[in-house]
Amino acid sequence: MNESRKYIIRIAIVLIGLIFLIKLFFIQVMNESYRLAAENNIVQKIIEYPYRGLIHDRNNNLIAYNEPIYDLMLVPKELQNIDTLLFCQTFEISKEEFIAKYKKSRKYSYIKPSIFIEQISNKTFALVQDKMVQFSGFYTQARTVRGYNTKGLANILGYTGEVSNRFLRRDTTKYYQSGDFIGITGLEKSYEESLRGRRGVKFKMVNVRGIEKGAFKDGKLDTLSIPGDNLKLSIDAELQKYAEELMEGKIGSVVAIEPSTGEILTFISSPSYDPEMLSGKNFGKNFTTLSKDSLKPLFNRPLMAMYPPGSIFKIIQGLIALEEGVIGPYDQLFCDGSLIGDHAPPGNYNMRKAIMLSSNNYFYKVFRRIINQNTENSQFKEAPIGLERWKKNVLKFGLGRPLGIDLPNERAGLVPGPEDYNRTYGRGRWKFSNITSLSIGQGELLMNPIQMANLAAIMANRGHYFIPHIVKGVGSTSYLDSRFVEKVETGISPEHFPVIIDGMEDAVVGNTARAIIPGIAVCGKTGTAQNPHGEDHSVFMAFAPKENPKIAISVFVENAGWGGRAAASISSLLMEKYITGEVMRSWIESYVKKGEFIY
Amino acid sequence: MNRDSILNRLDWVTILLYATLVVMGWINIYAAVYDEEITKSLINTSSNAGKQLLWIGTAIVLIVGVMTLDYKFYDNFAYLIFGVMILLLVAVLGTGTIVAGSKSWFQIGGFRLQPSEFTKFAAVLALARYLSPGNIKIDMPRTQLIAAAIIGIPVLLVMLQGDLGSAMVFGSLFIVLFREGISPNYFILVLGVVAVFVLSLLVSQTVIFIGTGVIAILVIGLSTRNYKRILVTLAAVVAIVGMVKSLDFIMSNVLKPHQKNRVISLINPEADPLGTGWNVTQSKIAIGSGGMFGKGFLQGTQTKFDFVPEQSTDFIFCTLGEEHGWIGSIIVIALFSTLLIRVSIIAERQKSRFARVYGYGVLSILLFHYTVNIAMTIGLFPVIGIPLPFFSYGGSSLWSFTILLFILLKLDAHRMQVMTR
Repeated sequence: MNESRKYIIRIAIVLIGLIFLIKLFFIQVMNESYRLAAENNIVQKIIEYPYRGLIHDRNNNLIAYNEPIYDLMLVPKELQNIDTLLFCQTFEISKEEFIAKYKKSRKYSYIKPSIFIEQISNKTFALVQDKMVQFSGFYTQARTVRGYNTKGLANILGYTGEVSNRFLRRDTTKYYQSGDFIGITGLEKSYEESLRGRRGVKFKMVNVRGIEKGAFKDGKLDTLSIPGDNLKLSIDAELQKYAEELMEGKIGSVVAIEPSTGEILTFISSPSYDPEMLSGKNFGKNFTTLSKDSLKPLFNRPLMAMYPPGSIFKIIQGLIALEEGVIGPYDQLFCDGSLIGDHAPPGNYNMRKAIMLSSNNYFYKVFRRIINQNTENSQFKEAPIGLERWKKNVLKFGLGRPLGIDLPNERAGLVPGPEDYNRTYGRGRWKFSNITSLSIGQGELLMNPIQMANLAAIMANRGHYFIPHIVKGVGSTSYLDSRFVEKVETGISPEHFPVIIDGMEDAVVGNTARAIIPGIAVCGKTGTAQNPHGEDHSVFMAFAPKENPKIAISVFVENAGWGGRAAASISSLLMEKYITGEVMRSWIESYVKKGEFIY
Repeated sequence: MNRDSILNRLDWVTILLYATLVVMGWINIYAAVYDEEITKSLINTSSNAGKQLLWIGTAIVLIVGVMTLDYKFYDNFAYLIFGVMILLLVAVLGTGTIVAGSKSWFQIGGFRLQPSEFTKFAAVLALARYLSPGNIKIDMPRTQLIAAAIIGIPVLLVMLQGDLGSAMVFGSLFIVLFREGISPNYFILVLGVVAVFVLSLLVSQTVIFIGTGVIAILVIGLSTRNYKRILVTLAAVVAIVGMVKSLDFIMSNVLKPHQKNRVISLINPEADPLGTGWNVTQSKIAIGSGGMFGKGFLQGTQTKFDFVPEQSTDFIFCTLGEEHGWIGSIIVIALFSTLLIRVSIIAERQKSRFARVYGYGVLSILLFHYTVNIAMTIGLFPVIGIPLPFFSYGGSSLWSFTILLFILLKLDAHRMQVMTR
């Protein structure tokens, strides 16, 4: 009776076994996600932030380093019975902040750690370190921010900060992750890829309570963090510091270049700020203060400020005229101040004397010859052709376009061409008389200080330059981008330089006594850029020594009046300091330091 | 050796299967509680692995005891043993210790005993005793009622303890009644009820009602002039509608919150993976992460780092799945299937009805435990706290399964004597 039922039961047993095996086959063999889920459970990824590359000056003085800071991490699950009041006092936060932070942490994950307080300074950490045991669930994670050995250089160095979510969304390299630091401006930005190094990752095993149970897969997947490459700057920290002292209390910029290489020795934007202000925890607060400052310390003047070059532009006019053959080096022109206002006395001028005394009328005439070369029968037709040719020549001096320095945010300046005047006056409706102010570096013409310093370097090199740059070497190699070692020619024959350079030397000796350095032949040119808003800007560009020049410099002091005063004094002091190693003329030094030029 | 020695008449295949499962179970318990940092000696009774060794040793003593008693003892004293166990179940309700929400334990010194475990073999004995006389006809309502009572009383008492899982185990004894010839309609009925229950959790009531209506119309339409079938169909429709409607009531008023959550998390474990779905999710991760060959002995992370709860008792299968993979699972499932079929073969070859019914009782209990335990660890069944026989850690359960199985072997060894008598 019911014998068949025993088979039903046995078949059921076999069927159950088969169902189990099929189901198990699907979750064990066919489905990888469980393996991943198991790893996710136990593996805690700990990021080792790399050391950012150090920054040294040209003499291997350390400028920027890494300072340890600590992030306070919280694992909400392990938080129990802590003295909240003591905690709030220790970390100087309010109870409300504590609750808000806790809720945020709790929302992120109950068992995974998240940042509770960011960027606790080394100092604060030392004070709270021994209290940490009382706060179960909290631990600190070390990382670094920038520390500096200098109070200057901020405009070169730039600053770093945590990558923004907006950046992360647009980042195509896929390198960055939330929490990473990235260079935001300055060298930190332009050399970010060398400086950042590579993140390391450690995988640790934790149990369900988040307690560490050793390395995952014996550390086979761990990677060490690789420190970033160090940068060696061409900046001379000592000269830089001296320049900062001289520029204190003044608005303006100083750029000094080694003409034979294009290396930037000094780079000042004044006023500046202490780079420490934008490093680490107080970034937000200080950034707001700095960006609201009416003197614009965040504005990188050598690259971003654009001024009419004034009289220093006469050098370019002279060289172009000689190259075009519209005047001979010793041709005399009678100038009496009838064409344009002039500081130079009436009389006969040749090129050397015109440079020395900065004759406006001489260069007015020269510029007219450049523009009107009698190729057309109408001045209206001639002017655009002449101006176009002139512009082409001017651009070769590195004007009207960014030079390509290794810092971000370099601006182009402006060299006007026919199209600009066509726009203003209409095609064929303007001639030389509409553009006369260009002859003496005024009008629409704009240069930034780095271009002025580069012009000094061109003069020092008698016709060529190297793109100015601020980094001499990256990492252990003295790597340089090829664009920084290629000679850039201006197209002016070397034979046209001596007469102008002689004029520059005469200008210093005869006309700018403060710029004279005993025993060293200085060639310079003052400029006074007209400022419709107040006192004129003081400009001076120079190089020294005359033979075998070591340094080319441009100094721009806003609202300081005639260029022979503030700007020339500062230039000569810096050149003296750089060439001889010390400053003998203390009276000039005190004159510069006492001068108040901010109105 | 004497040809009549009991050792010659024992079913060694079953004993070998039993021993293999116990040893494999112990290895997995050792792995589940293994902690690199705390290396205790194997017989240290403060760890579950050490204690289990103790339980295995005492289980061997119990086996000797079971074998030494006269085989007629079990027949003769079946009701008495059952009665004592029922009394213990009542007593534990009064004086028991609550563990994991169930008041089903006696605390004796450092050890705990769970009388409901021992009630299992007692109930099987009682059922076998009741059904053994030749004049008992299984299709008589009176027989069915008394048999149901023998099963129902412990179910009721264990449910009162709050241990729904163990209570359900007794329900498995209906397999015995099935083998003894009870109408299969009962099973169809039970399966129907379960199907409706599960369906109504999965799909909306409206869908079920429409589906039921369509099927009913089809059946009625096909059974022309078969009034009986039409009546049955209509009754079924009414019953289904009633059940679905009362399901909300059952879910919110009859089931305890944790039981309700277990049911919900079976249907949708992703609903709350950190809360009620935690056990099933972590258990599946443990087993699933084992892959084809497993992570290796003592290499399981899910179990070792406490992600899987109860990893040495109810969820011991996770350790196996994680460390020995699909291959390990095949071996254990094959061992259980072989053991169960072997038990059914032993039951079938019994000459006395008592021994056969008892054999099927053993089969029912083992089958239910094995099926439900593994099904819950791989997410095929709600989490019900019952152990995997011979495998899971626990003295009460190992003892009770050992006694259960070896009484059958004792009866089997004497099956020829029944014949000659």
